[in-house]
Amino acid sequence: MALLEPFEFGFFVRAIIAAFLVGGLCAFMGTYIVLRSMSYIGHGLAHAIFGGAVVSSAMSFNFFVGATLWGFLSALLIAWTTRKNPIGSDAAIGIVTTASFALGIAIISRNHGFTHDFEAALWGSVLAVERADIIAIAVVTIAVAAVFFFAYKMFLFNTFDSDVARFYGIPTAWMDAVFALMLAGTVVVSMRVLGVTMIAAAVVIAPIVARLLTNSFVKMTILSTLIGIMCSVIGIYMSYFINVSSGASVVLLSAGVFVAALAWSRIRRALSRSPADAPGLSRLPDGSLE
Amino acid sequence: MLHPPELEHLHRPDPDARPTVELRNVTAGYNRSKVLQDVDLKIMPGDFVGLLGPSGSGKTTLLRVVLGAVDVQQGEVRVNEKPIRGRNNRAGYVPQLETIDWNFPVTVEETVMMGRTMANPWLPWYRKHEKELAYDMMQRLGIADLAKRHIRQLSGGQQQRVFLARALASSPDLLLLDEPTSGVDLKTRDDVMHLLHDLNHAGVTIVMTTHEINAVAVHLPRIVCLNGTIVADGPPHRVITPHILREVYGAEMPVIQYHGMTLVAESAHFWIDRNGGEPLATVPDDSHREPVMSHAHPTSGNVPEHHHHHSDPE
Repeated sequence: MALLEPFEFGFFVRAIIAAFLVGGLCAFMGTYIVLRSMSYIGHGLAHAIFGGAVVSSAMSFNFFVGATLWGFLSALLIAWTTRKNPIGSDAAIGIVTTASFALGIAIISRNHGFTHDFEAALWGSVLAVERADIIAIAVVTIAVAAVFFFAYKMFLFNTFDSDVARFYGIPTAWMDAVFALMLAGTVVVSMRVLGVTMIAAAVVIAPIVARLLTNSFVKMTILSTLIGIMCSVIGIYMSYFINVSSGASVVLLSAGVFVAALAWSRIRRALSRSPADAPGLSRLPDGSLE
Repeated sequence: MLHPPELEHLHRPDPDARPTVELRNVTAGYNRSKVLQDVDLKIMPGDFVGLLGPSGSGKTTLLRVVLGAVDVQQGEVRVNEKPIRGRNNRAGYVPQLETIDWNFPVTVEETVMMGRTMANPWLPWYRKHEKELAYDMMQRLGIADLAKRHIRQLSGGQQQRVFLARALASSPDLLLLDEPTSGVDLKTRDDVMHLLHDLNHAGVTIVMTTHEINAVAVHLPRIVCLNGTIVADGPPHRVITPHILREVYGAEMPVIQYHGMTLVAESAHFWIDRNGGEPLATVPDDSHREPVMSHAHPTSGNVPEHHHHHSDPE
């Protein structure tokens, strides 16, 4: 049967497994990123990590470890630049991550030898997924799941109101550092499947769709993860048939889901509007009263 | 009238009581700047203290000193008679409602439970007795039936109660509130002040900041006036005097005593007698409310952003 044809290829099965894990992981991390209005740092970090990946490769250093460390250090550098200097975080992200990305491009353009491999990292490619990638993705997924399971209460408070969380004794500086490390790890393992340029959308779209559908934090996290998995798996499956790069295919599908969810939430809101609504209620994403 | 001065004796300190928080000669600020200097302050169990002062006078910094969240450059902060290093875990903090992200997807219950976060920080759920404690707190504050609502689907008074319940859920020795009446409507302000008085009468020690003299400060049993340091500390009828207000705000503010109630003309343009700004003995009728030229009072040009509500004494 033609629809099952791609599963005859080992690379495609690996790609679908990777898509499943990466889609869920990015969307899960995305919940926290979106709620803390950090979308831009996700986008920037992906570019910074590309530079780190190229440097690791040029120095024959382990790709996963090198790129993750590079991403983590970039996040710390951004935080330091903003704290110690009169520079806004958006500007700091723009400088640090683009410079890092430019460094990667500069090294590539001098060494034409490994251009092909990094094309996959830029745009995402199902052909690039190897066994080692899947193991790396699984390791990061398990680590992220464990950290968030045990520190769930602290992450919720820190995401809701970091300043006040500090007053309640939550080690917010540590949590931010751990979060940056996990985000760097997520981007590194997702890079070859989705592509540097597409990761930001994979991280942001699913949680936004989930937010449009629910007012509960736990439900938003679960819905976001499920939507992320769905878009990623279906997007990569589709990419085989329409012959489009995997990252682009996933992002276009996600964007379509977003538009549908937005339309749905507006229709629901319009239908539920009544004079009894309390002030500000109409701004609720799902328009429900209870 | 929220708090008649006759009730003041109820708050007379017990001579054997030990201070919940004590600041000894504290100088504190951010980086190298000194926002507060030489502050001595004792907060006793059962106190209800209002920190009063203009913007930049160090009210919020003083709250943060009590929380242990500001570098103390000099002096000592003692909690239950022991010097603290780092954070004061015995204080429950209620932020300004204006700083809350109302779009964040949390329910009333989830928000209140946040107050229990550090009781078992690595446990992903809350214990049964913690849920009961939080539920009791919500019941006490009259928001138990709103538990499943999103925080935006509440009135201003209910929203303030959610964050009070969160602070109380951590079983604190004292409650710290940052401008609990700022940015809320008149009714909510009254609700909140009544609620705080009820809590205080039930034994909760409260410290709050405010910049509203007539609407809030004069109804509190104890006021600490700040202007980089403590200018005055005591019950309103002692502290709210033209002399002290001049030191705190740098502006002439006539004070009116009316049936045992203290009233301040917060803007010097109003209510000042033409013959030199002596406080009037009674509330003037409308004919006296005409704005008076400020030439008689050179300092009145410095009135710092207090043009709002020279309102009814309630």
